Amino acid sequence: MPLLWLILIVLAIAVAGYVLGRQRALASAGGDSRGLHSLPSYYGSNVAIKAIVPAFLLLVAWLLIQPIYVGNTISGMIPESSVKEGSSLGLVMAEVRRAANGLDAAVAQGLMTDDEARNLRADFTDVTQRLRDAGSIVTSEVTQPILRAAQRYRIMNDTGNLIMTIAVLILAVLGFLYGLRESRAEFRARNVVEHSVRAILVGAASIAILTTIGIVLSLVFNTIEFFRLYPAADFFLGTNWAPSFSGRGGSSDLGVLPLLWGTFYISIVALAVAVPIGLFAAIYLSEYASPRIRAFAKPMLEVLAGIPTIVYGLFALLTVGPLLLKVFGDNGLDWMQSGTAVMTAGLVMGIMLIPFVSSLSDDIINSVPQAMRDGSYGLGATKSETIKQVVLPAALPGIVGAILLAASRAIGETMIVVLGAGAAARLSLNPFEAMTTVTAKIVSQLTGDADFASPEALVAFALGMTLFVITLCLNIFALYIVRKYREQYE
Amino acid sequence: MYDTPNTERTVTRNETKFSARKVQVYYGDTHAIKDVDVDIEDKTVTAFIGPSGCGKSTFLRCLNRMNDTIDVCRVEGDILLDGQDIYDKKVDPVQLRAKVGMVFQKPNPFPKSIYDNIAYGPRIHGLAKNKAELDEIVEKSLRRGAIWNEVKDRLHAPGTGLSGGQQQRLCIARAVATEPEVLLMDEPCSALDPIATSQVEELIDELRTNYSVIIVTHSMQQAARVSQKTAFFHLGNLVEFGETGQIFTNPKDERTESYITGRIG
Amino acid sequence: MTDATLNGSGPGKSSSLTARDARTKRRNASEKRFQAYGMIAIGIGLFFLVVLAFTIIRSGIPAFTKTVVDVEFTITQAEYEAAESELFKTKAYQDLFISKLEAQLQERGLEVDFDADAIERLLGKTGGTIREYYQGNSNMLGEPVRFELAASSRVDGYFNGRVTREGMQDSRFLMKTDLDIVDALHEAGIMKSAFNWNFITGADSGVDNPGGAGIGASVVGSFFMMLVVLLLSLPIGVAASIYLEEFAPQNRFTDLIEVNISNLAAVPSIVFGILGLAVFIQFMHLPQSAPLVGGLVLTLMTLPTIIISTRASLKAVPPSIRDAALGVGASKMQAVFHHVLPLAMPGILTGTIIGLAQALGETAPLLLIGMVGFVARGYPDGIVAGFTDPNSAMPAQIYTWAARADVAFYEKAWGGIIVLLVFLLTMNILAIILRRRFERRW
Repeated sequence: MPLLWLILIVLAIAVAGYVLGRQRALASAGGDSRGLHSLPSYYGSNVAIKAIVPAFLLLVAWLLIQPIYVGNTISGMIPESSVKEGSSLGLVMAEVRRAANGLDAAVAQGLMTDDEARNLRADFTDVTQRLRDAGSIVTSEVTQPILRAAQRYRIMNDTGNLIMTIAVLILAVLGFLYGLRESRAEFRARNVVEHSVRAILVGAASIAILTTIGIVLSLVFNTIEFFRLYPAADFFLGTNWAPSFSGRGGSSDLGVLPLLWGTFYISIVALAVAVPIGLFAAIYLSEYASPRIRAFAKPMLEVLAGIPTIVYGLFALLTVGPLLLKVFGDNGLDWMQSGTAVMTAGLVMGIMLIPFVSSLSDDIINSVPQAMRDGSYGLGATKSETIKQVVLPAALPGIVGAILLAASRAIGETMIVVLGAGAAARLSLNPFEAMTTVTAKIVSQLTGDADFASPEALVAFALGMTLFVITLCLNIFALYIVRKYREQYE
Repeated sequence: MYDTPNTERTVTRNETKFSARKVQVYYGDTHAIKDVDVDIEDKTVTAFIGPSGCGKSTFLRCLNRMNDTIDVCRVEGDILLDGQDIYDKKVDPVQLRAKVGMVFQKPNPFPKSIYDNIAYGPRIHGLAKNKAELDEIVEKSLRRGAIWNEVKDRLHAPGTGLSGGQQQRLCIARAVATEPEVLLMDEPCSALDPIATSQVEELIDELRTNYSVIIVTHSMQQAARVSQKTAFFHLGNLVEFGETGQIFTNPKDERTESYITGRIG
Repeated sequence: MTDATLNGSGPGKSSSLTARDARTKRRNASEKRFQAYGMIAIGIGLFFLVVLAFTIIRSGIPAFTKTVVDVEFTITQAEYEAAESELFKTKAYQDLFISKLEAQLQERGLEVDFDADAIERLLGKTGGTIREYYQGNSNMLGEPVRFELAASSRVDGYFNGRVTREGMQDSRFLMKTDLDIVDALHEAGIMKSAFNWNFITGADSGVDNPGGAGIGASVVGSFFMMLVVLLLSLPIGVAASIYLEEFAPQNRFTDLIEVNISNLAAVPSIVFGILGLAVFIQFMHLPQSAPLVGGLVLTLMTLPTIIISTRASLKAVPPSIRDAALGVGASKMQAVFHHVLPLAMPGILTGTIIGLAQALGETAPLLLIGMVGFVARGYPDGIVAGFTDPNSAMPAQIYTWAARADVAFYEKAWGGIIVLLVFLLTMNILAIILRRRFERRW
């Protein structure tokens, strides 16, 4: 039974539960809702919740556990010998899944009966031939053990799904009956429903934690896998980045230092653009601008923040790069070889960050108490003296926090560097040279056709880990500073 | 009810520092100050009293053009400081404020060290040629602010770490450091406890020897204690202005009387 | 208590208020300078905005036009049969077309030299198009039929200035002599610009066919993705915010959630892509390149933004409303759901729309889960397929075009940006209207 149907049936049971629960409660109070502890709808909701929640929890848990269980059983079946040299169990398992899908397709097209697909003693050549006819890609990779494993895989999954469907339905019905039994006038339905709603709210709030755990786990496991194939010391201390594309590991140099250098260099250029412009813009907007100018200029600047980064990437690649090349390239100062360079990406990223710096600093400058300014004006200070010597020093921690947040943005920015910075990893001081960053390499290593289990692909997770740790530290530190600062004036 | 018009101007005449004529202040459409005429003397403590919202603080802030920092505020009429119109286009409000210092309702030390708080004004106005002179100004000002003994050992500690009363005296010392001629005080004791209040009041009395001090206060007792002249504001009008003793014992206007006897306020 | 009053050095009484000394002049000049820096900074920011807008419009508009050859001619039954009996049928149709075109030009007294190869360079394989038409509409044989045949992308480029006579080199794609034909046809009114509907409705084309590339399929991909994001992030975000703002006790667990949310808001988007790849595709075996997975990833990414803005709107509802509801005997849950939530709804929706707009423009995580442009080869077959079939999204499609070697794709990329920005602008305007319409100050 398809999953969708199962879900719809459970929902239907819940709806029925709602109606019946409501009626039963009303009936128990002699049809007068004033005799009930809670509103009738709460009794209905109670039954519906009891029918849905346990059933769905079971469904989700089953869906998560079954593939793992089946996968483990099947991979235990595959003989050591059918894992070829240079291949891995994971690849063989992928092959098994593909073959199983092929069997499904063949059955769906009527080229094979379900019994034939299940028959473990069926003739191997006959089955593969039929699979080929069904158009399911069956390469020469499908060997006898793989086909047998695939058949077993199908059978186990089918059985599992059947049991799951039955179990879920039974649970839904049980919940339904239990809820219905509870629907009596004195039952505190509202409190029970509210507790369930509260549990749902807590669950929703916990998704933030689950996301973080998900990020950390997906990074950690794959990073460990990578370090098993490639020494960690070489990764962190290597000064050369040269992944091989053809070979299956061993011959690649995967040193992170050139990438980190590119990342920091580009971020520094970006901050050198964004911080002065953003800060002065914030000062002007919060201290000098008339309300009309502020009402116009502030949203206009913030438009820059709303533009997707892909637009900035294209702007870097197609507009700023060629423009810089005209000035600094062969015909101009001859410092630049191609349009993609640290300067190109940094400049454009700086533009993107201007509103980020300016609106954060604007908030922070505005939260400096007016009494502070009055004190300074009262002593005969000019506006700029007040800003430079009283407002900015008072706002400094907050502004530093804002700049750190902007820096973390710059380090994590992807599309601008993918399009604007070039692809060559190098350790150089020349800002007109192409360099590349951690984020750009994550994209290129994971979107290429490198095999997923190879160090060339897994390195992306190690890079992601590095990026995550760096930005996390920056963020926590920045948020800490900003919060401390806010507290000071609250 | 006494009716003695001849006591309006008193015997001990000091030089007139401020003289205001037909001053009007508008906040947008609100007419906050109406036709105020007043002469404020040098080396005198003048108190502005009146119920909340009567315009006394607004008028005070006109005297060093602090109202300039509020966009919707408009001032009409003449306010002369030593015979010069302070609202003249040629007058630089910055220079004016150096001459007419101000102390605010809530102590507002800068988030800097005590030393830097005091040195801030002299630095921006270039009053000291070197570090030694600056040190001297800081010490002198802190002594004038009657806080030197309490802070001399921790001049480089943050000014925000002092108690409320100390902070306010620090702010007074800070105002004094720029060598103003007039000190404006906007309810300087309203955020302080009674002990700190009496310390500040004592200080205000001493400051009278060098400065013209104008103080806005909510407390009539305070006005009676520290001032020689008192002005009573009501609904944006200057109702009565005269010797403090006369205002409190023998008010001419019945609104003044109602206020000091507690019937309006 | 008081220190000794220092007598002496009274304030300088003589200085005039109107005469400025050198120091004051210097200070005032520095004041002016400082203010000017601020104005320059704002100016630079606005200047960039203008340049960006100008660049996008100037470079993107050509993507919406294409160059077509507009000819009307009649093919008779006899000609049709003759062509159908040939061995190379499309070639026969092409020859037929060329002879018709020549006749038309002669009719107008234009003397242009061209051969079949030139026509193929300019218009691609015209024979196939014509044959297809007549096979489907044989009743039109003998009637005059008007054909609009799209010219190659290089001819497009020549029309909008990307390809110039001086800058180009003869190649198998375009010869200088072809441009003479183009000029002549243009003068004759046969070759002209037309609105490129295919760009709006079409799907991605092959690497060698920039003219046929359209953004329609990836708009659909983006739409299904946004549907997932909306359906998941709005309820989850609102539920999480209600818990944190109204019910959460002050404890470690609440702190942990708060810290997580504020950190997730600042985690680089590409990290969410890695999460999606590892958890949804590697671990849960959801289909690769599917809008469903893209939507899940973007949901996780936008949730912090939505939670933060929702909490702000909940916080803006004054506590007196809650007190009033509790005072008439409502439970806390009822007070929140009956009173606070409806009052906060406009703010929540505004925040959600802005979060969605942010998600709509996000590219990097989509690349990692395989939603690259070249998978957007057609429209999905149905609603479920819309969620699960491989597709791309607008920004990823733009990236794919920008990364292609053929310069003609750049124009498509800019055009795609215009489409993307139109969507973003619409969403933001909607948010602004919503805020204006329902904003309430307490």
